[in-house]
Amino acid sequence: MITQMLFRALDRKTAWVALLILIAAAAVPLANLYLPASNPLHVPDYAVPLFGKYLTYAMLALALDLVWGYCGILSLGHGAFFALGGYAMGMYLMREIGPRGVYANPILPDFMVFLNYKALPWYWNGFDNFWFAALMVVLVPAALAFAFGWFAFRSRVTGVYLSIITQALTYALLLAFFRNDMGFGGNNGLTDFKDILGANIQAGTTRAALFAASGIALALALLVCSMIVNSKLGKVMVAVRDAESRTRFLGYRVENVKLFAFVVSAVIAGIAGALYVPQVGIINPSEFEPANSIEIVIWTAVGGRGTLIGPIIGGILVNFGKSIFTGWLPDYWLFALGGLFVFVTLFLPKGIVGTVTGLWVSTRRRPVVAAAEVLQPEPEAAE
Amino acid sequence: MSEAREKLGTMLYLNGVSVSFDGFRALNNLSIIVHPAEMLAIIGPNGAGKTTMMDIITGKTRPDDGDVYFDGRTDLTKLDEAKIANLGIGRKFQKPTVFESQTVWDNLVLALKKPRGVFASLSYHASGADTARIEEILATVRMTARKHDLAADLSHGQKQWLEIGMLLAQDPKLLLVDEPVAGMTDSETVETAKLLKEIAKTRSIVVVEHDMSFVRDLGSRVTCLAEGSVLAEGTLEQVSANPMVIERYLGR
Amino acid sequence: MPSFRLLPIALLLFGICFGFAAPAFAQASNIADLVNALGVGGFPEREAAIKALVDSHDPHVNEILQELNDGRLFVSSDGGRVYLQGGTADAPTYADPITGAVAADVDPDTMGKVKINNAVRTLLSSAMSQLTLRSPDRAARLAAARDLLKDADPANLALLDTALAAETDATVKSTMEAARAVIMLKTSASDADKKAAIDTIAARGNKDALTILTTALASAPADLKPAVQADIDAITRNLQVWDVAQNVWYGLSLGSVLLLAAIGLAITFGVMGVINMAHGEMVMLGAYTTYVVQETVRSVAPGLLDYSLAFAVPAAFLFTALVGVAIERGIIRWLYGRPLETLLATWGLSLILQQAIRTVFGPTNRQVINPTWMSGSFDFGGLAITQNRLWIVVFAIVVFVILQLVLNRTSLGLQMRAVTQNRRMASAMGIRTPFVDAMTFGLGSGIAGMAGVALSQIDNVSPNLGQNYIIDSFMVVVFGGVGNLWGTLVGALTLGVANKFLEPYAGAVLGKILILVFIILFIQRRPRGLFALKGRAVEQ
Repeated sequence: MITQMLFRALDRKTAWVALLILIAAAAVPLANLYLPASNPLHVPDYAVPLFGKYLTYAMLALALDLVWGYCGILSLGHGAFFALGGYAMGMYLMREIGPRGVYANPILPDFMVFLNYKALPWYWNGFDNFWFAALMVVLVPAALAFAFGWFAFRSRVTGVYLSIITQALTYALLLAFFRNDMGFGGNNGLTDFKDILGANIQAGTTRAALFAASGIALALALLVCSMIVNSKLGKVMVAVRDAESRTRFLGYRVENVKLFAFVVSAVIAGIAGALYVPQVGIINPSEFEPANSIEIVIWTAVGGRGTLIGPIIGGILVNFGKSIFTGWLPDYWLFALGGLFVFVTLFLPKGIVGTVTGLWVSTRRRPVVAAAEVLQPEPEAAE
Repeated sequence: MSEAREKLGTMLYLNGVSVSFDGFRALNNLSIIVHPAEMLAIIGPNGAGKTTMMDIITGKTRPDDGDVYFDGRTDLTKLDEAKIANLGIGRKFQKPTVFESQTVWDNLVLALKKPRGVFASLSYHASGADTARIEEILATVRMTARKHDLAADLSHGQKQWLEIGMLLAQDPKLLLVDEPVAGMTDSETVETAKLLKEIAKTRSIVVVEHDMSFVRDLGSRVTCLAEGSVLAEGTLEQVSANPMVIERYLGR
Repeated sequence: MPSFRLLPIALLLFGICFGFAAPAFAQASNIADLVNALGVGGFPEREAAIKALVDSHDPHVNEILQELNDGRLFVSSDGGRVYLQGGTADAPTYADPITGAVAADVDPDTMGKVKINNAVRTLLSSAMSQLTLRSPDRAARLAAARDLLKDADPANLALLDTALAAETDATVKSTMEAARAVIMLKTSASDADKKAAIDTIAARGNKDALTILTTALASAPADLKPAVQADIDAITRNLQVWDVAQNVWYGLSLGSVLLLAAIGLAITFGVMGVINMAHGEMVMLGAYTTYVVQETVRSVAPGLLDYSLAFAVPAAFLFTALVGVAIERGIIRWLYGRPLETLLATWGLSLILQQAIRTVFGPTNRQVINPTWMSGSFDFGGLAITQNRLWIVVFAIVVFVILQLVLNRTSLGLQMRAVTQNRRMASAMGIRTPFVDAMTFGLGSGIAGMAGVALSQIDNVSPNLGQNYIIDSFMVVVFGGVGNLWGTLVGALTLGVANKFLEPYAGAVLGKILILVFIILFIQRRPRGLFALKGRAVEQ
């Protein structure tokens, strides 16, 4: 059965993209480690974690697309799941520092010593084990998504209302993580990491490995999403997106469908966050900023929601553009980002991939399910 | 209890159902009974409560008062839309509501009677029997040639047919059909009447329709609603001869 | 440090040397001599000199005592004359304290400060109070009476009695009576007198009274103790009530800020169904308009600076309303029926507006002044009410009332409601729906701009101003129920009051988190808010 699903997931386009990502996951680290700096194909040291960061952003955009593009749930709080995964990883990395901190406390991280903690808060237990942290990277975002979705979808909070309360959710978490007595480092967050799995986190080989891990994770996430959207459940999700109450009258439990998509999406976002933190070297509450979560939406929209490849392209492209633009005209980046929001919604509503496929289809006269008519206002069942 | 005996053997049993929205009484002490393998046509002016009645049967709206029973024993007022649909009540909407961004085939796959759970849907793989059943329905609603087209590209009448096809795929015991022939040509209307009569041999059907010649073609029992309650019942001839019906609905 | 240890001895010697001379000065009735006597002898002599000055009833005395208290009186090293130091620290001048004439022939190096110790300082303060108790200025008398109430020196009893007899102002008189009562408790007056005194204090009913009574409880005669205890209990209960009232007031004040910020949103979101994420930036633009108007008034007519807000309100309304109409015509009208796209486009717009303001005005806060008529505070019973908060509450009420009138009594309002309820039908009846859309959006934005004028008085005027309010505003509108201004009012006030009641227990941040969690849960119970419309129409 699984092989059947896998086979179905690997339609030609997805297979190519997954392969491309895997090739990049191998090629970039190799080009960094083994090609001499003089070689034109050499990837400089600073670029490896930077590109790695883009991959985790792409994964985050993919996660959002699963709920927004396919299920019609516009989450304005997906940054929260990303940040929670990041914090879980950050807690492991803090415990890895051990007695090498400024205060040389063998158990307590520096910020706790500074804030006069006498003992480790109970929820920090276990994070000295990588496997436990990895488990939490998955479980914590999943649990939050489950709890939130369970109530929200059951009581049929939809559309804009849902978007607003997801924003409230990440805002509440932002305020909470800013508090010093939450035990997550407050304003400064978690940083000054030393090792990951015993390897120096600054070392070129570690960074290369993290890049490869990000690439593999992205390819796997793509595969999982492809498996879901190509199954009958994927059709049900699109049905929920387009005509929620009609789907209900067919006997589907819409709230369960949404909950499943939301939890899977949160887990992917959490894993992306966990891969992000060791590559940028810090996690702090600003990751919970509502503005960050809305930015994810624009990555997905630029690439093309309702397609699996779109958000990956959008996530990488927008962030690459951001790096270049902020280096060039740092004061005007917000103009560019704001303009991008307006431009995409007005003139490129299907995103890059959706528009290109649309052109392709109109010349080939062959329907493509996912990209078509995402924009139809939901036809409500009864008058 | 006489009420229990009354319910026994009915497919749909509405007794004294009332509902109001902000003081407006959409249904007023409405009582309707549909027997197994029986077709009931409901006519009535706009605002008579026809769609509200369907909303109540399918669980979209909760009645303020009254009983709604399916199959003589299941209280529908306690269940939600999905549960009611899975009991075997299918509904076709007034405005044809199909999944526009999916193909005709996928629309039928979604409707086909199969486990509706999340994980069942995730691991679903169409068996030969399923494919054959869908092909059969496509032939019945004459859409075999268009099975790979997007539902959005269908004409209004074709969407109506697709929705009827989806109803068939659901394999329900009771079909609620709201204005099935709106936007159809005369010949399509005749075909639809034939199809519904065929279906009614094994299942119960409630049809809401304004098209009198279509209702005549159905040749079923007719109920006329007005202002949320039953105005007249009987054959079409009896109902359309009723002076109240002429006054309130058919027109002077 | 030997020099410091030697100091008291030196002073003692100084006092002995001149001690004999002091009575001679005291007898002199010449005010100049009395002032010069301040520079002679030690602290006891200085106290005597101060008393003599007070008894002289000279109009300059109060001023001179103040200067002594401030350490600005200097004495020449020969001990002969007392001067008032002026000028700068580098180049001090010395003037006659009475006439103010600058003495040219004084060598700064020979001047020493007229020193005072705590005993002298206490005497000074009560002496100054005594003098000001008879001042013709009401505020000065009230301040003096409060000083006495705080010090409660039995020595001032007689003084207070004379002042009380002459006093006509009710507030000053009651303060004086309270001071007298506190003093009575410290003297060996009869139990009956003390009982009367306790009643007088208890009648004040504030925190000070509670402190006085609590102190008095220990020293009170045994048979008075129950009465004191009862008074303490009564005051405590009373204070608790005022505490609640104060929290309610803070809550209403926060609620009216929320109302102002949210009510424009209630129009665009509630009436039109448009999610305007740039709403906060409309508020921000309103605040910057206030700043621009203020600077214009400052340069054109500085005399009217205190009233620049009166110009800012219409200016902010018009400017943001125009921006709103431009946004509606330029962007939003292409996105009707696609609320999520509208949300994204207006979010992008908010980024552009923020950056535009940052580019024009810079990233730092701009100073918007509080006009004098909005500054300060007053007490209302046990409530402390600041003027600017009070004005914002009033402003919010006025805006709300006007908005209700516009929606319910004007033809534009009628058309707006018609379009809300059934766009197609309204259009069929000849209402120009695009015009109504633009006007409605302009109205909502204009109100946001007026909110910005109000917020400029209590918040930093910075490009991020709007961001701080957008989530709260959405919470208010969603909580109150869409399409209902009364819901917005109740929502804003409820959330404001709830926030302020949670704060003392949970702290400001945790309180806010709790409110957010509460709203998230509330929306799930009632997805359409407190005051939801019912029926088929809203289900689209």
